[in-house]
Parts: sequence; structure tokens; C-alpha cells
Amino acid sequence: MTDTKTNPQGAIAAFMTRSFDGAKIEPDQDIFEAGYGNSMFAMQLVAFVESHFGLDIEAEDLEIDNFRSINRVAALVARKQAMAAA
Amino acid sequence: MTVQTTPDHTRWDSLAQEVIAPLAAQIDQDARVPQQVIMALRQAGAFASGFPGGPATDQAEALSASLDHGQMHQALGAASASVQGVLNVHHMGGSALAKWSSKAQRSQWMPRVLSGEICCAIAMTEPEVGSDISAVQTQARPVSGGYELTGQKAWITCGDFADLFVLIAKTEAGPTAFLLPKQTKGLRIAPIEGLLGCRGYMMANLHLEAAYLPEDHLLGRPGFGASHVAVTGLEAGRLNLAWGCVGLADAACTLALRRAKTRQQFGKPIGDFQLVQQMLARMATDIHAARLMCQSAATARALRQMDAAKQATMAKYFASQMVGRVTRDAQQIFGAEGIGPNTPMALFHRDSRIMEVIEGTTQVLESMIARLSLSEVHLS
Repeated sequence: MTDTKTNPQGAIAAFMTRSFDGAKIEPDQDIFEAGYGNSMFAMQLVAFVESHFGLDIEAEDLEIDNFRSINRVAALVARKQAMAAA
Repeated sequence: MTVQTTPDHTRWDSLAQEVIAPLAAQIDQDARVPQQVIMALRQAGAFASGFPGGPATDQAEALSASLDHGQMHQALGAASASVQGVLNVHHMGGSALAKWSSKAQRSQWMPRVLSGEICCAIAMTEPEVGSDISAVQTQARPVSGGYELTGQKAWITCGDFADLFVLIAKTEAGPTAFLLPKQTKGLRIAPIEGLLGCRGYMMANLHLEAAYLPEDHLLGRPGFGASHVAVTGLEAGRLNLAWGCVGLADAACTLALRRAKTRQQFGKPIGDFQLVQQMLARMATDIHAARLMCQSAATARALRQMDAAKQATMAKYFASQMVGRVTRDAQQIFGAEGIGPNTPMALFHRDSRIMEVIEGTTQVLESMIARLSLSEVHLS
């Protein structure tokens, strides 16, 4: 799992592509505006971030902006990793 | 993945068989779980079972705890489906609370939740809203310092017993979760009587008439009540219920096996007849398959595998139907004595019928499993 440190965007993009039937998602593309996000995917994304990056998504992370795009999710992961390391 | 074999006897079996099983008929008759059972469950630590062990928990500890939690629900399901249901909804509400609460909320509520001083439940269903939780009609209106809730929740397991409800209501941001203590002014609890089975669920309707909740009773963030908070509870509940079904089916099968060995017809035990053997074979295989699914799902949950939710859904989907097949065959093996008044088989049969309805109907789960499976296959 070296990509968790070197390329989190790549791991998140691969997960979203798998989830959205092979669709190519741009790093800043709003997945909700594009119609990809649904209620089932919402918790799958939480489960992916927790499982893949070894993090706990918590109540204070529940902002839709944190999950809107590949780069936003990567930024959330980076913040959580920095907090865990501190 | 290696699936651990469940030992034949666990620490929960003694509690279930010695304390709870002798009271199963009384629980059904009184439609209430007696205080002595609640006290015994508290002393055994049952109300803390299945909750996260904290950041220090390693994978081996998490796996052991997850399987032990499943064995508890299996043991309770074998003794009394009603008691299993009380612990199930406690874990559903408690899991949602533990996962999505603020630090202050965790400090305030979790110690009492884990000790069993507070029993949790989850309030999602409404008269016009079942599986589609996002369509809840109960309104939460922002007022000074908090929210005012108005509406009705229906068919709430432990509605007439729980101390704290995780309730989903509609706000401008969408479905939102709240912590609703039972003593909240404006909350009226109306018990439901005459259930087909699982009468000790102490089911009730909740009527909210301008019930005021302070701001710190909001759970998670507005708009995340259905997609995250409720789903967290449901995922826990589906696996718990699957384990409970395995226990209930195993109890019915065990009695049927004894009956097949002792009931004599045409000069030999009925277990010597091939058509009875066919039922026994189906029952044993069905139970074994469901138990393996539960163990696999519990392992996936403990190891935070990506397919944990799907596995829990499939386990509940299979086990809730399995228990119906098994109790029907077990009842058949008992003949007239399986349909008589106040017989274990009649109770098993009535209780088993509830399992395909709660925590997601069979049909809703079929849709979920199919969609998840379809999403795993890519044509390009």
C-alpha cells in the first residue's frame, strides 16, 4: 500500500472509477454534480477511506465538500494523516 | 481468508440457556423482557459487546471481539429472539452514536450505553416510510438553542423500553439524526400489542409533538442522517440479526433431531424415514451455511474489509430466509405437537417470521445485493 503515502489521489481515483462503472473521473470533478454520488456510495466511500488509509472518518468530517471530488477526498486524508501523526 | 470455526460452547451459551431460555415463554406471554434478564445481561457485559475497542485494538483483538459478539447474538437467538432483539437495537443505536458522536457526546453518553444503564434504540420507520429512510416526514425545525421535532415514528423495536433513541428527522439539509431521550417533553410512547412474534421486542409508536431537543442532541451533521448515521446502525443490525437467526434455527433443529430419534412410528424412530431425513439434512446444511456466512461477515467487519457491508447484507438475507425454512421443517417433524398452544415450536415459528421483515425486507436486500454485485463488474 505504498500509494497511501505517495499517491493517495491515484488510489481514490481508482476506487471511484471502479465504483462508477469504469468512468474516468477528473481530479477536481464534482462527483455529486455529475450524478455519480448516491446514498449507497456515500458510506462505501467512507468505508474505502477508512479501510485503505487506516483512518477514522468522524462526525466533524461530515461535510459534503470533503467528499465532492478526488482532490477534496485526498485533502481530507492528508489532514487526517497529519493529525494522526501529530 | 480463513474463517474461524465457532466453538460448540461459548461463554454466552450458559447465560442464554440457564437464565434466558427458561423465561422465553413468559417473555412471549408478557410481551416484555423481565428486569432479571436485563440485569444478567448487564452483569455479563452484553450491552458493551460489539462496540469499537479504541485505537489500540489490533486486528486479532478486533476479530476475536467481532466473533464473540456474533456468538452472543447466536446464543441469545437460540434462547429468546425477543432478548436478541433488545441487544440488537441497543447495538444499532449505540453503534450509530459511537461512530458519529462528538467527543462531548461520547463522554456524556457512551459510558452509560456500554454499561447498559442506558438502553438504545433506533427510530427510523414511519407510517408512510419504511425502507426509503431518506423520505422521512418527521420534521426537525430549528428553534432557539436547538430543534423542535414533530411527527410520528412507527414499529420501533424497544420503543416501550429504550432510554435513548437515535432518531432520523427531516431538516432543510435533508435527513438528520438526533439523540432523543425517552423523557423528552413532547414525546408520547404508544406500545403496540399483539405482534405475531418477537413479542418481547416491546415495540411502540413514538409521537412527537413539538418535542424540543437542544443543539447538542444533533448526531453527526445535518443531512447525513440517512446516508451515514442510519446506515451505520443498519449494517450492525443486519449482521446481529443474521447471527440471531442462526441461533434460533439451531435451537429448533436441535429439538427436531431429538424428536426424530425418539418419536416412534411403524416400529422405528421417524428419523429412520428418508423423507424426515431429507428435512434434517436440509436444516443442518442451511444452518451451517448461514453460520459460515456470519463468521465471514464478522471477519470482514473486524478487519474493515471493503465488502463488509455487502457480506452483512447477504448474511441477513440468507439467514432470515433460512430460519423460516428450518422452523417450518422442525415444526413439521413435531407433527401435531408442533402446532399446539404454548409449544417451543410454535414460538420459534412465530418469531422466525419477523426476521425477513425487519432491518431490511428480503426484497430490499435483494435489490441492494444485486446493485453491489453489478457495480463490481466492468465491461470496459
